[in-house]
Amino acid sequence: MADLGRAALAVTLLLSVYALVVGSYAAFSNRRRLATSARNALLCAFGSTLLAAGILASALYRHDFSFVYVAQHTNRTLSRAYSLSAFWGGQEGSLLLWLLVLTGYGALAVLVNRRLLRDLIAWVVPVIAGIATFFAVVLVAVASPFGTQTTPVDGVGLTPSLQNPYMVAHPPMLYLGYVGLSIPFAFAAGALLSGNTDERWIVATRRWTLAAWMFLGLGQLIGSHWAYVEVGWGGYYAWDPVENAALMPWLAATAFLHSVMIQERKGMLKVWNMVLVALAFELSIFGTFLTRSGIVQSIHSFSQSSIGGWFLGFVVLSSLFAVGLILWRLPLLKARTKLESALSREATFLYNNLLLVALCLTILWGVLFPIVTQLFRGETRTIGRPYYDFFLRGFGLPLLLLMGIGPLIAWRRTSWRALLRVLAWPIGVALVAGIALVAAGAGSSKPGLIAYTFSAFVLATIAVELIRGTRVTGSLFVLISRNRRRYGGYVVHAAVVLAAIGIAGSSAFGHTVERRLALGQSMKIDGYTLTNRGVRVTPKANVVETRAILAVTGRWNGTVESGSNQYLNPPEPSQEVGIKTDWWRAQDLYVIADDLNVNTQVIYTKVLVKPLVNLLWIGGVVFLFGSLIALWPDAREQRRLVTRLAPARA
Amino acid sequence: MNVTVLVLGILLAAGVVVVVALPFLREPQVSDDRLDAPTADEERRLTLREERDRALAALRELEFDHRTGKITDEDYRRDLGPLRRAAAGALKRIDDAELPPEE
Repeated sequence: MADLGRAALAVTLLLSVYALVVGSYAAFSNRRRLATSARNALLCAFGSTLLAAGILASALYRHDFSFVYVAQHTNRTLSRAYSLSAFWGGQEGSLLLWLLVLTGYGALAVLVNRRLLRDLIAWVVPVIAGIATFFAVVLVAVASPFGTQTTPVDGVGLTPSLQNPYMVAHPPMLYLGYVGLSIPFAFAAGALLSGNTDERWIVATRRWTLAAWMFLGLGQLIGSHWAYVEVGWGGYYAWDPVENAALMPWLAATAFLHSVMIQERKGMLKVWNMVLVALAFELSIFGTFLTRSGIVQSIHSFSQSSIGGWFLGFVVLSSLFAVGLILWRLPLLKARTKLESALSREATFLYNNLLLVALCLTILWGVLFPIVTQLFRGETRTIGRPYYDFFLRGFGLPLLLLMGIGPLIAWRRTSWRALLRVLAWPIGVALVAGIALVAAGAGSSKPGLIAYTFSAFVLATIAVELIRGTRVTGSLFVLISRNRRRYGGYVVHAAVVLAAIGIAGSSAFGHTVERRLALGQSMKIDGYTLTNRGVRVTPKANVVETRAILAVTGRWNGTVESGSNQYLNPPEPSQEVGIKTDWWRAQDLYVIADDLNVNTQVIYTKVLVKPLVNLLWIGGVVFLFGSLIALWPDAREQRRLVTRLAPARA
Repeated sequence: MNVTVLVLGILLAAGVVVVVALPFLREPQVSDDRLDAPTADEERRLTLREERDRALAALRELEFDHRTGKITDEDYRRDLGPLRRAAAGALKRIDDAELPPEE
């Protein structure tokens, strides 16, 4: 079956090249049947990629070790579910998943818009096909998942840290996000190529962008939770280059989701929006380059391979293509209106955009810094957490404040008098919260205190918005259903606030104690007493588990176990932390036991108390809920758009 | 490579060729093979409709912002006139362009 998989990928490559070359010619020479043929080629490319993916999935499920990829990433002891998740556990499989999602998204976007935007689609097809051609070339010529060998008795197996339910969901979510950003990019490029830079590309891609942004956000949160429970260093985000690689396009897409509303309402920021769409797409490819080139040190990187050069080449080429297109069509992107006041909703969106892009670029600089120092000084110098934390506070806290002010400012312009009137309640709530927090002892961390106070302010503005809006419409349901994007956005804002409280609480107000404990010795931390009750070793089928048993008394009474696993196949260790969530106190007791001596029963222990950390995960659920509200189709809006676009074609 | 794989490969290739060639198989001869890209006139109509929708949306926003207390009565009265004139102007320009009626 590997031959059929290779053939299917070769067919995908041929179809992508056909859709790229013939589609470009058809759009350029205005030929309808040829354009439809190119579109059909893209649809077929999805079909042939699906066949290739099905063959690989089947081989993984059957443990067919004649496939080199299957033998390298699974073994007989691996469960069926994790065997299937090995699809994206290795380089070749994850590239195939990327191509599958890209051709799937592309086929769906083209089919959905084929009637109303036929002229635009003629240009979108070759752009999507161009991206698909790159991935198909890499899969056919450089990193094929269909390499075969003489069948070994057993496979190497999946890295233990990837044998986690979160790792089943995290990579596909990220791919759905990364690849999803290709669709708005393709439509924006199509609009520029066709010279029709009206709003139709925005209307067509609004939900695609939102969906890609939602998946990228959820993927990062799931990845953070995996790091928290599995990696075992006590945190959830380490400003690792590969983690940053997912954050950067998400920030650019967040800026775009806000600024595109200004274009829709005022016909402004057309160039800026094109730049943001291109930036988000390029950063998603750049992130993949970082992950796969081995150029930066990261715990998440795939092994170093020659594939990085291909991605770097593609980033350079596609960036030149995007910049060239925007410069070429600059005269078509002039705004017809201007900002009426610095005190308006659109102005706050603009400030928010500047802060988001500034944060994105400072992170990018932090990621590039080791590469730049290696290039120019011959030594690799990395930028650590203090750099990122500084800019997160510097840009993040004003962003949080703007999140509260923005919704209460009217479009076009507002007066200070009106603004102060609507802000009175939220400011009052924030002040009371700030004073109460200082009284409760939260003044030990100024950034933490500011983050909490701003969070209270934002939550109060959301409440004020919902109450005032409900008074006008008579029902909260009617209010939300009339403008799902706005009110879904407010729910997402609430999720960001929960995350901000969780981040501030766990980082600014947490406690850490490290001790070496002999058998029966105790340590104290924040009202908990932990006593070493010994070390236990449990051999199992494919793993030897070593655990320190710690009796906990004080704020909670019970036992926490922490230690390590030594897997036999593949022979790799993994850290296993002990976490006790105290929902009543809204904090986690996080125990890392290391250097366990089975003979002397002495252990080295690092214990952390992490207040409010679980708000981050709860915020993820709220984020999903808000995103779905904003994504939910609005039949009335769709009718309005169809009647706007259709008669223009009459 | 076994026979089954070979047959499946040939079927895949043949199916793909048929689907890609379908537009030409369905319509071997056509009088007009141009893409229906919007003409300059249609582009202008689309722009006018976008302007109209923006003006009407701005009026709706103003009304809602006033009722939710985001702008004062004085600001509301000041902005209402220009926005109404902008909306009326956009509607008039659509009438002048003799657009076919919607629905």
